[in-house]
Amino acid sequence: MRFAELHLDLQRLSAPLPIWHARVDRAGWIAVAAQVAQARGRLLSVWGRSGSTGPSVCAAFATPEGLVWAELPLAGAEDRYPDLSDTFACATRMQRSLADLGGLHADHANDRRPWLDHGLWATAAPLATAGAPAGAAAGTLPADYPFVRVEGDGVHEIAVGPVHAGIIEPGHFRFSVVGEKVLRLEQHLGYVHKGIERRFTELAPLQAYRLAGRVSGDMTVAYAWAYAMALESACGTSVPERAEWLRALMLERERVANHLGDLGALGNDAALAFGLAQFSRLREDWQRLSQRAFGHRFMMDAVVPGGVAGDLSLSLRDEQRRQCDELEREVRRLRHIYDEHAGLQDRFMGTGRVTPELAARLGLAGMAGRASGQAVDLRHDHDWQPYRALQARIATQQGGDVAARVALRFDELAESLRLIRELCARLPEGGVAAVVQLPGHAVQGAGWVEGWRGEVLVALSLGAEGRIERCHAHDPSWQNWPVLEHAVIGNIVPDFPLINKSFNLSYSGVDL
Amino acid sequence: MWQILRQIVRTGIVTEPPPALDAALKDEVRRIHDELLAILGSALAIRQVDAGSCNGCELEIHALNNPYYNIEGLGIHFVASPRHADMLLVTGPVSRHMEEALRRTYDATPQPRLVVALGDCACDGGIFGESYASCGRVSNVIPVDAVVPGCPPPPLEILRGILAAVKMNPRGGRQAG
Ligand code: SF4
Repeated sequence: MRFAELHLDLQRLSAPLPIWHARVDRAGWIAVAAQVAQARGRLLSVWGRSGSTGPSVCAAFATPEGLVWAELPLAGAEDRYPDLSDTFACATRMQRSLADLGGLHADHANDRRPWLDHGLWATAAPLATAGAPAGAAAGTLPADYPFVRVEGDGVHEIAVGPVHAGIIEPGHFRFSVVGEKVLRLEQHLGYVHKGIERRFTELAPLQAYRLAGRVSGDMTVAYAWAYAMALESACGTSVPERAEWLRALMLERERVANHLGDLGALGNDAALAFGLAQFSRLREDWQRLSQRAFGHRFMMDAVVPGGVAGDLSLSLRDEQRRQCDELEREVRRLRHIYDEHAGLQDRFMGTGRVTPELAARLGLAGMAGRASGQAVDLRHDHDWQPYRALQARIATQQGGDVAARVALRFDELAESLRLIRELCARLPEGGVAAVVQLPGHAVQGAGWVEGWRGEVLVALSLGAEGRIERCHAHDPSWQNWPVLEHAVIGNIVPDFPLINKSFNLSYSGVDL
Repeated sequence: MWQILRQIVRTGIVTEPPPALDAALKDEVRRIHDELLAILGSALAIRQVDAGSCNGCELEIHALNNPYYNIEGLGIHFVASPRHADMLLVTGPVSRHMEEALRRTYDATPQPRLVVALGDCACDGGIFGESYASCGRVSNVIPVDAVVPGCPPPPLEILRGILAAVKMNPRGGRQAG
């Protein structure tokens, strides 16, 4: 696809990745979506804006050439826009949320049930109201959610959540089963909606990176970087090279920590407690060094607008390289054990399968997408530093089952360890932070980062007085939650925790 | 099997010869273990409730089960039902959507029960504060016995917090009943 064919008035943002913003009309909105789909591009996110310039609806499309942020201004009291869900299945839930939060509705959408709104807000469309929105009166109970019923001989329902049996985030799952076999799973999320996007507008742009880093605690580096990139692109700040390298170093450390955690948990869910003990020990060692190198076990608040919060000494770099060598040896041994363990492989193989065809059709994103043959990884696909200098390699698997998602984590872990060693060895000299100067007029910026779970997008609009008018944060779990509903069909109920863990999707990151 | 055994032997007991750096940490973990055992004398059952967290606090609670902190080895278990719990460990600002679920979980927990609010969000609403969608601190919704600040509090702080809460109720949860 050539951008020229889109006939849009594209404005390049000053981000390290290729990102364009364009205003479109209704015809343009539909045409961009169709052309992106035809060129096998992806819909990344849909969100709404309401501000000094009136309401508008936005969509971000990922194409091989870069990201296109299309914005459709809505005239006057108009609150409808053309539905994208026919072209991109993953648009459905995002559009339902936009209706709840922003009061803008997709024309002729098939599913108009509320998504984030559980009937506990006194103010409808809280993001579109000028004043502080109000919650419902104390004592109000959540509204009933109209689940889709499966009728048939011997079909019964199992309801799980929102308070789950394990130490995980809250959500509700409704299974329709025959015997042990799952016929249908329907999710109902939104339980940890805590008004994050509204909260952004109450914080100073230079401080809000802390909130971005808490959209989803396990992706704090990815979100803080995406937010910082959005603010820097809006303000035209150029970040010192050394800071960009340190950001990438943290991003890879975050990936390794999470892959270690998941590999242990996946072994445990398949009854190999040994795996959990081994990987959780490695993860603890890893987090302790993150604490010493970057001041926090998760590296929260270490990525700041303009750069990073602190520099890294030579000895801590050497220590990280040594840790990578050691970890690589240990993980190689553990991978061998996982591969050879008949009981584990029996639970992993063929379980929760998403074929590459289905993954492409439903837009399965990020790590889970790569385990189903979707070769998409920002670190590899675009020409940006430091990933270009390091020639980041993409990992893919074709199986699409739990086994493939486990194998992919092992592959990515090895590559991240290589990247970390290189980042430590070749770290450029120089400062670690630039001053971010807020412009005195309305601007927008975007940040796009490949977090460990997948692509994170932050779209930021600043008002003329330098306040945050709108900050939208997108998590790859938006794309993947609906695919999980497909992945469990035909599997048995006891395999659900294993399948769910193999995707390891965020609740907080989509409930916002 | 052979490989697994080899790996176990090779790993040894990781809390044994500690790297100098972690010595203080290890001593503290052991001291808290001893104190908890002395007070409890039996198992403590904890039901964790995420009432709106960003999931950072949960990750550190998970870390309590790693071989360094080995909380299960003490007889402290995370249980699946509040009906089996002596203590509720609650994280996050309480989202408006979880308010009722948290209250019901509290009501379902037999007395005497301890409630520990874990993390800055649970202690005072944290960065999310109070809004149309967030009730803020846990004590705005259910009574809280002890707080563990931090964002997220590291595993050692969580252990300390659990110890402090248990100390408030020296008979150790269910034994009293
Ligand atoms: S205290 Fe920090 S880590 Fe815990 S839920 Fe709140 S923001 Fe997340």
